[in-house]
Amino acid sequence: MELSGGEILVQCLKDEGVDFLFGYPGGAVLHIYDALYNQEDVKHILVRHEQAATHAADGYARATGKPGVVLVTSGPGATNAVTGIATAYMDSIPMVVITGQVATANIGSDAFQEVDAVGITRPCVKHNFLVKDINDLAETVKKAFYVATTGRPGPVVVDVPKDITDPNIKIPYHYPESVQMRSYQPTLKGHSGQIKRAVELLLSAKKPMIYTGGGVVLGKGSEELRKFVRKLGYPITSTLMGLGAYPSSDQLFLGMLGMHGTYEANMAMHDCDVLIAIGARFDDRVTGKIAEFCPDAKIIHIDIDPSSISKTITVDVPIVGSVPDVLQEMNGLLESSKKSPDKKAIDAWWAEINGWRGMKCLSYDRNSDKIKPQMVVEMIHEITKGQAYVTSDVGQHQMWAAQYYGFDEPNRWINSGGLGTMGFGLPAAMGVQFAFPEDTVICVTGEGSIQMCIQELSTCLQYGLPVKIVALNNRYLGMVRQWQEFFYENRYSHSYMESLPDFVKLTESYGHVGIRIEKPEDLRKELERGFAMKDRLVFFDIVTDQTENVYPMIAQGKAHNDMHMSPYCEPPQDPERELS
Amino acid sequence: MRHIISILIENEAGALSRVAGLFSARGYNIESLTVAPTEDPTLSRMTIVTSGTERIIEQITKQLNKLVDVVKLLDLTEGPHIEREMMLIKVKASSMAQREDVKRLADIFRGHIIDVTTSTYTIELTGACAKLDSFIDALAEHKIIETVRSGVTGIARGEKSLHL
Repeated sequence: MELSGGEILVQCLKDEGVDFLFGYPGGAVLHIYDALYNQEDVKHILVRHEQAATHAADGYARATGKPGVVLVTSGPGATNAVTGIATAYMDSIPMVVITGQVATANIGSDAFQEVDAVGITRPCVKHNFLVKDINDLAETVKKAFYVATTGRPGPVVVDVPKDITDPNIKIPYHYPESVQMRSYQPTLKGHSGQIKRAVELLLSAKKPMIYTGGGVVLGKGSEELRKFVRKLGYPITSTLMGLGAYPSSDQLFLGMLGMHGTYEANMAMHDCDVLIAIGARFDDRVTGKIAEFCPDAKIIHIDIDPSSISKTITVDVPIVGSVPDVLQEMNGLLESSKKSPDKKAIDAWWAEINGWRGMKCLSYDRNSDKIKPQMVVEMIHEITKGQAYVTSDVGQHQMWAAQYYGFDEPNRWINSGGLGTMGFGLPAAMGVQFAFPEDTVICVTGEGSIQMCIQELSTCLQYGLPVKIVALNNRYLGMVRQWQEFFYENRYSHSYMESLPDFVKLTESYGHVGIRIEKPEDLRKELERGFAMKDRLVFFDIVTDQTENVYPMIAQGKAHNDMHMSPYCEPPQDPERELS
Repeated sequence: MRHIISILIENEAGALSRVAGLFSARGYNIESLTVAPTEDPTLSRMTIVTSGTERIIEQITKQLNKLVDVVKLLDLTEGPHIEREMMLIKVKASSMAQREDVKRLADIFRGHIIDVTTSTYTIELTGACAKLDSFIDALAEHKIIETVRSGVTGIARGEKSLHL
């Protein structure tokens, strides 16, 4: 079979099993778009901005575990995609981004719509390629998928000059079954000796703590994790990225840790004597002050990326390997071990933890005459029975969604954790909805974030995506305002959003349903009405309390036991602990 | 601490910028960097001289290994090794006294005078980085017109080697 470069690209995607391609056409990719015409296998989704194409592919990848695929043109097409590529890179999301490029002969001549896409994306991709010969095209695409999806996943860019896809130049097509790269061989299996040491350490612990991250979700390690945690009966906390890997409704789960983590999770981190970090990377929003991070703990760290180990926190037992492989081996050892956890010590530890839990750190004013954002999230949890896919943008609403939705399954909570990209939520929700057309997909957002990619309401109409947008509208860039209240003596510099659009009319003009909710007594009724519209996109513009803050909060650079607490939580049961 | 890191890297366009970009993006020091193809034309050998705490050096080697184009890596300073750098240095040498002194210094350092004009000598000198530094110090009385240093290369002593 002889194919042109454009046809080869499309055929590669088919052979790779790609069902959705998120993209936007332009000069340099016209040959490829022509090859996409008149075929049904790869469904092309036309977004309204290239940033949204990458976020949609990213959301698709996070929900399905399969790589997201993007096609954009050269120049501005590529630069617009960069934010989405960087977002995926920071959260290790498998993605293949095909960027058009000017013809090989014109590269370097400042041609129309030319940018050095390989150069611009280099710091925010796992790897990238420039295809200079049509004979390398199919193998390069195979390598791109291989690199993106194996080891620690990440985005891979393939830059394809226009002449490579010329319809008049045809070559025999062959898509390799697999590729070998001598320079790239990720480790999956952990070191058995280290695993044994880790298990011994865990069984000798008096105050153990399990800290999990996005690596459990990405590595599909949720099932092994659940076995592991239940076998030990130890307390477990999760980062923002790992929520759902272990069910949040389970008694052993202490909630999220870190800057906006729960009191009990952060206190248990601070006081533990053995910590096992699983697929987590000790991000600064998690560790707080490095010098006072888990001061008394021996630390075990499982990660597929050797460079994550001892990057910020020195660990005692490093294990390089994939989460499910390593946990499976640990579970086997736990089963056959003659030793079991020190029951007396663990019971005492739980008693201490339950004391912290008694503070009910996520309490808020339930009798307010204003709508409390936390209540909105709790209510959508009830209405969707905790079964929805929830995407978010970035800011206070993101933290409230993470704290109050209560995820019991992995791949359900989809947010930009590492890069913190406002504008992520709506396009990501589109990607999820394409993958799961029958499921409820919610985008929890704010009136600031939603305006960063609001044009995608048009894409949602074109493809009939019934996403539910829950905008917590406090007329402020809420998280910025909160920091200004706490650390800048209430100087609200440019955190106020004046001239907001009428979101209901705006949504209606895009052909969707808009519902504005202003009073707490209307909240449940109106949410239920909107969520009942299964095949419509509904935009809930919810007027929330402007002054609400996200609690608990560890100020940047402070230790885990130094938290700002909500005025509504119970008094501390341990009087020796001073609260700020 | 100063470290000499040797890398075998795929000889592909952009490979050098991946390494250089890594050092600038993560704020690592880079004292010198040399790169050239090996006996296998698909592989380049790169030698980087860097410095930092043990933690930083560990991160540098891990981050370099993480680059998809990097095939193999060795921190030469972890074992016995030979370090070499070449320098070409052009010195003013017009009076007889200057010419004699520069020639004498070049001999002491086992350098070669490889170009001569009526007013200059150009000397080629090879050795460890510190030796080249001392030679420059020794020329303090003279006027140095131009200094060209290749950057450090190195190889492990004995059986140990960096190859596929």
